Amino acid sequence: MSFPDPIAVFRTEAAELLEQIEAGLLDLNVNLGDKDQVDAVFRGLHTLKGSGAMFGFDALAAFTHHCETAFDRVRKGEVPATQELVTAVLEAKDHMRALVDTPNGDHEATGEALLASLRAAVDGANNAGSSGPAKTAPGQNHFKIRFSLPQNAMANGTNPLPLLDELRELGECRIVADRSAIPSLDLLAPTDLYVSWEVELLTTQPRSAIDDVFIFVMDEMQLEVITVETSVAAKAPAKTEAPVTASQPAAAPQPAAAPVVVLHAAAPAPIAAAPVETKQNKASENVRVPAEKLDELMDRVGELVIAQSRLSQLAGGSGDLQLRAVSEDVERLSGELRDTMMVLRMVPVAHLFSRFRRLVHDLSHETGKTIELVTEGESTEVDKSVIERLADPLVHLVRNSCDHGLETPEERLAAGKSQAGHILLSARQQAGEVIITIKDDGRGINRERVRAKAESSGLIPPNASLTDQELYQLIFHPGFSTAQTVTNLSGRGVGMDVVKRTIDALRGTINVASHPGEGSEISLAIPLTLAIIDGLLVRVGDGRYVIPLSAVEECLELSIEEDMRSRGRSFISLRDSLVPFLRLRDLFRTGTKPDPFQKVVVISTGSERVGLVVDQIIGDHQTVIKGMSKLHHDVATFSGATILGDGDVALILDVGHLVAEGQQQEAHLRAAG
Amino acid sequence: MNEAVRKISQDLWGGRDELEVLTFDIAGEVFALEAFIVQEILDLLPETMVPGAKAFVGSVINFRGKVIPLADIRLAFGMEATKPTIDSRIIVISIEIDGESVLTGIRTDKVHEVTTLLRTAGEPPPSVGMRWRPDFIDCLVKRGAEFIILPNLQVIFSAQHDHSATGASHG
Repeated sequence: MSFPDPIAVFRTEAAELLEQIEAGLLDLNVNLGDKDQVDAVFRGLHTLKGSGAMFGFDALAAFTHHCETAFDRVRKGEVPATQELVTAVLEAKDHMRALVDTPNGDHEATGEALLASLRAAVDGANNAGSSGPAKTAPGQNHFKIRFSLPQNAMANGTNPLPLLDELRELGECRIVADRSAIPSLDLLAPTDLYVSWEVELLTTQPRSAIDDVFIFVMDEMQLEVITVETSVAAKAPAKTEAPVTASQPAAAPQPAAAPVVVLHAAAPAPIAAAPVETKQNKASENVRVPAEKLDELMDRVGELVIAQSRLSQLAGGSGDLQLRAVSEDVERLSGELRDTMMVLRMVPVAHLFSRFRRLVHDLSHETGKTIELVTEGESTEVDKSVIERLADPLVHLVRNSCDHGLETPEERLAAGKSQAGHILLSARQQAGEVIITIKDDGRGINRERVRAKAESSGLIPPNASLTDQELYQLIFHPGFSTAQTVTNLSGRGVGMDVVKRTIDALRGTINVASHPGEGSEISLAIPLTLAIIDGLLVRVGDGRYVIPLSAVEECLELSIEEDMRSRGRSFISLRDSLVPFLRLRDLFRTGTKPDPFQKVVVISTGSERVGLVVDQIIGDHQTVIKGMSKLHHDVATFSGATILGDGDVALILDVGHLVAEGQQQEAHLRAAG
Repeated sequence: MNEAVRKISQDLWGGRDELEVLTFDIAGEVFALEAFIVQEILDLLPETMVPGAKAFVGSVINFRGKVIPLADIRLAFGMEATKPTIDSRIIVISIEIDGESVLTGIRTDKVHEVTTLLRTAGEPPPSVGMRWRPDFIDCLVKRGAEFIILPNLQVIFSAQHDHSATGASHG
């Protein structure tokens, strides 16, 4: 076990913290009153400062300290969160990143300037006073109520639920039941009440309204009401130690017997502390593991799955029932292990999408356009390695949409659109692929300009007849740009080339759709490239091949009539639609005699279907994908290989490629008439 | 010519006077590869044909849970493929292609021994009188009455890898 460089560990951690801070700030920008986000940002800054100092990043720690102080004041309600403050801290965050990357660089001047703007933002907000939406809106009271009814309350006809409903009517509230008093089942009397409640209430009603709720049960019950803070107290120049009781109505009007008002010295603390604790607990359960270790483990699991399928074959062939039982256990266990392992490698795309909010935020400033980014399907999970490689192409695509796709607000209004441009970033899974779509409602791709540019640069002959799709694919050509001016953002014709190359390397495809005046949509279809997939094992000639099960629609027998008839045209009719098919025997030049009853495996990607004619369908097979060697990268028919139970190698068919081939064949046949 | 030859030899010998190699037979010729790139010597394994791949690397094998290509140097040198014999072995080597280390098997008729070759006995490949592309051979080393061929795997594999040179296997 090697110990990684602590500085490197800190850098990774700092990068994550900065990301968290940024996400918090952007959320805060949308909803300035969001106290959770204020806390999250503060916690992030605080941790960054602490660990920065620990690892000798003193400049970082000192700088972060100022931001932390600013946010501490927001957190305590001394100053409201404002757009200016968020922007200032966002900029400061970039500076922190620089301090993390090059701690010895000359950052002082920038740092000073940033701190000045930060101070200005804080002071400005402070002077603005009540106009800024503090976390507790003016006139709002924040109460923490704890109450319990006598054990025999229900027997006496009291129902606690209406009480809770009444509390809800007072304002926004969060109710937690305290079940600690519930006895074990043998001691539990079904008519007795063991539950007490804790309620956090944000209301414009005064304290007495709470007492009114409990007015009928007040005599027998236990009621504690804590005034956490009021907006009056927040604005008062209260020090932390000072009890926030200034505006607190004195104890309850009812006889002192039951209701007790407990005042904590640092009243805001319990509320703020609770989420902190849960967050920290959550964090401590995570373990950071280097990706290579995960890959190694994956390899082992892969080999285990292979060994297990060998065992199943042996056990299946022998009459030993005990052996079979053990084999089935091992099969189940290794299956579960495999599934768990797979989940470990998968990361939700939310992680990837989150960084685009900042990008769009910045681009919107730079271009002077109002841009709204909507993301969908963030929970779609993709292999970690794929996510990492997708980041760059997506940046280029989003930039492109912002810069070229969306019009200026004036143009948009003139075109009868809303002033704000919209960009939709979505992810979904489909047939073993993840589809990532970037859609904007801008001006769309100018076909004529693309064509003119392609002709002038000699990419296509003049007046070549191209389909829209072929034409759009030209924009991915290196050095191709229709932008008349090169801007800061794009126009050099480099970005789309990067997109194309990266997606090709991932064996994915790019689909472009565009409607003039309505916007364009670019979809990236990327194979999930899971290390293990479920496959259908088939035999063609002497060779065995695996078809990814996620792409298989159905299997059927190729009837002799159809087989004979289709010598000329390779179609089968499947429930009234014609499906082109490929004879894998011909494609692979097996040179063996075909089996008498040929089978067709219908596979699909999206809407396109194609049948694969095979000699025999062997069955389903858990497949550990082994990449094809570099020496075989020119073979597009196969996406990888796998090792079968008997140790032989079977190749995995590349469904996308085969479907494309089938469609091409269909097009040729159509063209031939 | 002399200059070019010296350069190739230096790549191989790297300033050393001795080279530890593994010698083996292919189609009646004795070949040698540097011992340190050899991972393992295997008995023949079941092969899986890769339809559409070049004949030179026409199949893959299962090498301890890894799927690796099996190359037939014979075909690169334009010799006829022959039937396996009881002495046939697969040598698994690791070579660098485009900066990536790649494992591949090489089909041989017989594996001899690990031996030491002396640089002083080495000779550049003759420019005439050879059936093979001279750049496929690093050098010839004389040992007793026979010549041991040190093939230049980098050139051979990148020629197969590179589309522009696919005709090489026919030459």
